[in-house]
Amino acid sequence: MFEKTGVATREMVMTKFPPIERINKGPIAIVECYQKIPCNPCQTACPFGAIHIGEDINNIPERDENVCTGCGMCVAKCPGLSIMIVDGSKSEDTVEFRIPYEFMPLPEVGEKVVGLDRAGNPVCEAKVIKVMNPPSFDRTPVVTLEVGREFLYDFRNFRREA
Amino acid sequence: MRITQHPILTFDRGKEINFTFNGQPMKGYEGETIAAALHAAGVKVLGKSLEKHRPRGFYCAIGNCASCQMIVDGEPNVRTCITLLKEGMTVETQEGKGRIK
Amino acid sequence: MREVELLIIGSGPAGLCAAISAASSGAKVLILERTFKPGGQLVKQTHMFFGSESQYASHRGVDIAGILLKKVEEFGDKIEIMLNATAVGFYEDNVVTVLKDEKEYFKIKADSAICATGAFEKSLAFPNNDLPGIYGAGAVQTLMNVYGIRPGNRVLMVGAGNIGVIVSYQLMQAGIDVAAVLDAAPRIGAYLVHASKLARMGVPILTSHTVKEAIGKDCLEAAVVCEVDDHFKPIPGTEKRYDVDVMCISVGLSPLNELLAMRGVEMKYVPQLSGSVPMRTESCETSIPGIFVAGDASGIEEASSAMAEGYLAGLCAAAKLGHVPEDFEKRKAEYLKQLEGLRSGPVGDRIRAGMKSSQL
Repeated sequence: MFEKTGVATREMVMTKFPPIERINKGPIAIVECYQKIPCNPCQTACPFGAIHIGEDINNIPERDENVCTGCGMCVAKCPGLSIMIVDGSKSEDTVEFRIPYEFMPLPEVGEKVVGLDRAGNPVCEAKVIKVMNPPSFDRTPVVTLEVGREFLYDFRNFRREA
Repeated sequence: MRITQHPILTFDRGKEINFTFNGQPMKGYEGETIAAALHAAGVKVLGKSLEKHRPRGFYCAIGNCASCQMIVDGEPNVRTCITLLKEGMTVETQEGKGRIK
Repeated sequence: MREVELLIIGSGPAGLCAAISAASSGAKVLILERTFKPGGQLVKQTHMFFGSESQYASHRGVDIAGILLKKVEEFGDKIEIMLNATAVGFYEDNVVTVLKDEKEYFKIKADSAICATGAFEKSLAFPNNDLPGIYGAGAVQTLMNVYGIRPGNRVLMVGAGNIGVIVSYQLMQAGIDVAAVLDAAPRIGAYLVHASKLARMGVPILTSHTVKEAIGKDCLEAAVVCEVDDHFKPIPGTEKRYDVDVMCISVGLSPLNELLAMRGVEMKYVPQLSGSVPMRTESCETSIPGIFVAGDASGIEEASSAMAEGYLAGLCAAAKLGHVPEDFEKRKAEYLKQLEGLRSGPVGDRIRAGMKSSQL
């Protein structure tokens, strides 16, 4: 299915998430890279050595949940924009996502946007917490959003209200 | 048809250039090709095919396909996708093979 | 007649890297570029590249062009780029005929040459495929990303390979609606991370689909698509109409290397490399000594491979001219290792098969 639509199945997605206890402890990178392609900037970008690809640059990246601090340095570096940060430590009802967003105009802090799933379907409301676009991100802005906890495994993107 | 806001790129358009298309005054910018300036003005039909007189437009943008050939300053078969716009140019749609002066 | 030590035809990623590599060994290089801007297709790539640090991964293509051109400049008069200069012939005595500014016609004699002429976009046959509004995907990139002009308002993308999905994403970045991406193949050809970027924007990717016909009088107004079966035959009754003013054709590239064929190097049709390609050695040398090839002209691959091949071809061409740097073996091994890495995964299966059957 994934190879026909580009939409990862729930099963595939779950393999990239750490246990909920880890998510509740603090931010962590979810590296949604499912295919062996020649690419390794995520490994190079990580200041903590938490992402491992190894000698063969075609290997699928492995993120060590004990080493990853959720700093987010990899998010804007991934050429496939496949990485996001999730943080379940902020509240019992919500989770925070940090996702790359390369579209104009950027959302405003506090704005309510439409949360989309991996197929682009609207699934929830999301609140914009922060918008980062420093020179080091090289024009891949990263947006922090607050989303209901029940959408932890569904939320993947957002759209501004027209 | 011009992009004013883009997440990755900024477009530093050069100075404005005046030219004519089939006698009509048009504006483009220095540094852009004739076909690009016409496209920005909404002109998509650049000529007619030789035998069936079907409309011809921009296609490859690298000077390979000949679909964008027009008459420029009286000269036929100019590949407008790779020819830069110049002040005062007269650009005309081409029908037929054109005649070399 | 002008005589040059090393002539490089094309200033895309392969040509620029070849020039940098050869000049760093001490060769004197002339690059012929047929357009008015060096950098080839790099200048319109707004997305971050794959690969590793050696091929500037995670940098945007347009910025890589800047990095390479800055390096070229550092070599001063060791590298000259001649713009608006099309190589139109390549003869037995290594004479290349050049048309400059569409007016001047002259000859250049080269001691050695690297053909880095890139590729051209394939077309697709369907009724009314010649309507204005139907463009090559690369052409649309040029309009949008070089000139900042929207090709239209709503696009149907034909082809779900890397170029198709990347250009679709770039169209959305330019504020243009992408109705759907379709591909006759049963699976998406692009790197799936690129496909996922589009999917989560709500763009449907329709595999096993093709264009039945384009509709329009003077320009494209709509397109009818349909499903195809396992043998790529249209399935009646599956037609769907999309009201679009733009259709992008992104059904693959073919190597552009007629100059090498004209020069008389041994050519071979290699489907895995998307067309007729020159037979070549591990060092990118063709069947004629001193004539090299690099990048898409030698077979369709990613820009990262074109850069690594360019560095390799430049190094080896310069060495053949007598410019052998002390670290020649080390550099050569490094470039070969980079290429092996880029081609070693499952997505490199085809390339590896193609390389094998085109190896001298």
